Amino acid sequence: MDELTSVFIQEGREQLQAMENGLLDLEQDPDNHDNINGIFRAAHTIKGASGVIECHYIENFMHRVENVLDRLRNGEIHVSGDLTGLLLRCCDQLGRLMDVLEAGDPEPSAEVQAAGESLQIELNTYTAHAAPVAGGAIVEVETDAAGDVHSSGGGVVNTDSWHISVRFGLHMLRGGMDPLSFIRFLGSLGEIIALETVPDVMPPAAEMDPESCYLGFEIRLQTRSSKADIERVFDFCRDDCELRILPPNSKLHEYLKLIHDLPEDDMRLGEILVRAGALTQAELDEGLRAQLQVRLPGAEGAAESTPIGEILVDKKVVHKEVVEAAVHKQTQLSEKKAVEARLIRVQADKLDQLIDLVGELVIAGASANLLAQRSGQSELVESTSILSRLVENIRDSALQLRMVQIGETFTRFNRVVRDVSKELGKEIDLIITGADTELDKSVVEKIGDPLMHLVRNCMDHGIEPAAVREARGKSRRGTVELNAYHDSGSIVIEVVDDGGGLPRDKILQKAIDKGMVQPTQTLTDQEIINLIWEPGFSTADQVTNLSGRGVGMDVVRRNIQNLRGSCEVNSTEGEGSKFTIRLPLTLAIIDGFLVGVGKAAYVIPLDMVVECIELKSNTADRDFLNLRGEVLPFVRLRELFEIDGEQPARENIVVVQHAGQKAGIVVDQLMGEFQTVIKPLGTIFRHLRGIGGSTILGSGDVALILDVQSLIHRKTRQEERSMHANSALPRSTQAN
Amino acid sequence: MSAAKRLVLKDDLTIYHALDQKHMLIDSLAGTPSLELDLSQVTEIDTAGLQLLILVKREAARHGKELAIVAHSPAVRQTLDFCNLATYFGDPVLITAHEQG
Repeated sequence: MDELTSVFIQEGREQLQAMENGLLDLEQDPDNHDNINGIFRAAHTIKGASGVIECHYIENFMHRVENVLDRLRNGEIHVSGDLTGLLLRCCDQLGRLMDVLEAGDPEPSAEVQAAGESLQIELNTYTAHAAPVAGGAIVEVETDAAGDVHSSGGGVVNTDSWHISVRFGLHMLRGGMDPLSFIRFLGSLGEIIALETVPDVMPPAAEMDPESCYLGFEIRLQTRSSKADIERVFDFCRDDCELRILPPNSKLHEYLKLIHDLPEDDMRLGEILVRAGALTQAELDEGLRAQLQVRLPGAEGAAESTPIGEILVDKKVVHKEVVEAAVHKQTQLSEKKAVEARLIRVQADKLDQLIDLVGELVIAGASANLLAQRSGQSELVESTSILSRLVENIRDSALQLRMVQIGETFTRFNRVVRDVSKELGKEIDLIITGADTELDKSVVEKIGDPLMHLVRNCMDHGIEPAAVREARGKSRRGTVELNAYHDSGSIVIEVVDDGGGLPRDKILQKAIDKGMVQPTQTLTDQEIINLIWEPGFSTADQVTNLSGRGVGMDVVRRNIQNLRGSCEVNSTEGEGSKFTIRLPLTLAIIDGFLVGVGKAAYVIPLDMVVECIELKSNTADRDFLNLRGEVLPFVRLRELFEIDGEQPARENIVVVQHAGQKAGIVVDQLMGEFQTVIKPLGTIFRHLRGIGGSTILGSGDVALILDVQSLIHRKTRQEERSMHANSALPRSTQAN
Repeated sequence: MSAAKRLVLKDDLTIYHALDQKHMLIDSLAGTPSLELDLSQVTEIDTAGLQLLILVKREAARHGKELAIVAHSPAVRQTLDFCNLATYFGDPVLITAHEQG
């Protein structure tokens, strides 16, 4: 795929998102005219851009959509639930067409085409000149393209565009140049609002030389480029064409001069300008009359130097406020463009490469640090410590580059909730908090699907129908909440609903039916609820197309675990349920705490370390201790990993905390903080529990990164099991 | 219109064929009151081709004859759209679901 296409897809999707958000807002607030204009602009931009990359199936489709939006904008049709629904489905179709383009297929599949055609037929019912439909093909008679320019005083003009008037020289074609390609290229500077072809100088057929060029063009171009940029487009043919460029908001008399200077008939040119939207008919008449006055001596009046707007105000054609409002809007628009200009688009893989390099830098820095310390030269140690501080800063800012706000992922769900609640006939609101919480881009990309599952599950299984809710004394409208916040080095995403909660008994029954648990087994409420994460589990009585096929929750959990995250569920029957997803902030580099057992070194993520204490020898046969009145279970790494060697006289406990649970890890040595570049383990180690990855130390040795979460999990499971086995004796056995 | 004569252009409407095509178009027009142009096989059209089409259209109008473009290739349709000349030619433009390229 060429670069232009990939840029189109990326920007197109952004515009599509803007369009969709606009449509969702429109449903809430049908009279917001700015919003309608915004939607139209987004659609128009997509159409224009698809034309540039010559993707006609998108261009054609967007043309229909734009026609409807145009009528909406002009107030010819009104917002209705059906219309916004139709337009949202058009957004979906556009998304599918972009998928086709992205996949590099020459044209959409028959299925997608059929969907597009049926949408077009629906769209046609909203356009006045409904096109006749014959045999699947749609015949469209082009109506007057400049239809919105009326000859009344208040007609539509686009004074904020450049006006470019060009007449190509006779020898252009023979010189091997194609004037059309210049005009097309002009479109890359901005948006061609209107274009009129002027073939008037072409002689009759007998004298016409087909290898000479007789064409001229009048173009309205909306662009942020300067006059020099526009001129540069025509650099190659500068000597061979007549080029006149009028800046935006040009004065009326400048247009009149243009009309006068050009070889074509004044009236004919005037008409062309009116059609292109440069002038209104009234202005033209006025102007030509004023021009006559100019020719009379002494009558050089205000028209000479007043902009069109002022003439209009003077002549009471428009109200001053209207002009001011328009001016104000233009400033707003340019301010917004300035903000956009501060952003730079960077290829994601370039960023990844940078992060990789920073990772190597961190490792190399650690090695230099170690050597400096061994050498004992205080100056060298000092300079390496400055270096490592800078490396740390670089690392942080490099990682910051990858951070994106989760809001974009969340707002997608507005649409999902709207559609699904309509489909299910339930009334559901979505509440989003913490949309500005930042997390790693690669995490954001992968969290969308699991979240989608959870939100759909909440709506499908969680929220009850309105009647049931009323009977239970709740408000008719159910709510689904999406929350995000930071919590000790990880990001927490919650999906909360105020529906019926998870049905404990039903889950248990189902699990017994499926043979997952024995009927005699006693399970705590939490254990029963956790059964929903098991593969093939579903409690829905009927399979809907939303969820209920029993492939949901275990996939959700696996996806989240692949991101080194965890998920849990809390639920109260009758009040609702809460799914909590916990994810690491970044996947690449972390601050680690280096510990040693025997000869091996291990890294514990520093964010999770609470404190370090000495292990008293009197705990030799127990796996828990009393930490200031709290019971602290711990694991002995030496036993867990079966490390040989003499047990040292003094052992230490690193107290770690994860998801509100504390535990201790018993190690030989505490070696201090260490910047850890996470290197994934090979696929053969994928099922290894307790190890999250590896890293390279300054000395070149490999250290394993402990997966604290699974260690804690393993420990608590073991405790619970031994509790059951020993009939709740307050004593636990040695780790086995 | 039974007297309509149909002309199928096989070559691209570019400067390379412009001279031949001008003669062909003008001659064809001279021999009939109503000329139909089939441009469905024209894969490329440049400025020379475009002004030829304008010339023939104008010539036809001047002699009170009819000129209709009965089939557009995507290239032709796109160029006419771009130059805002679709109205000038006033021909129904067929956009089929298959015609995408």
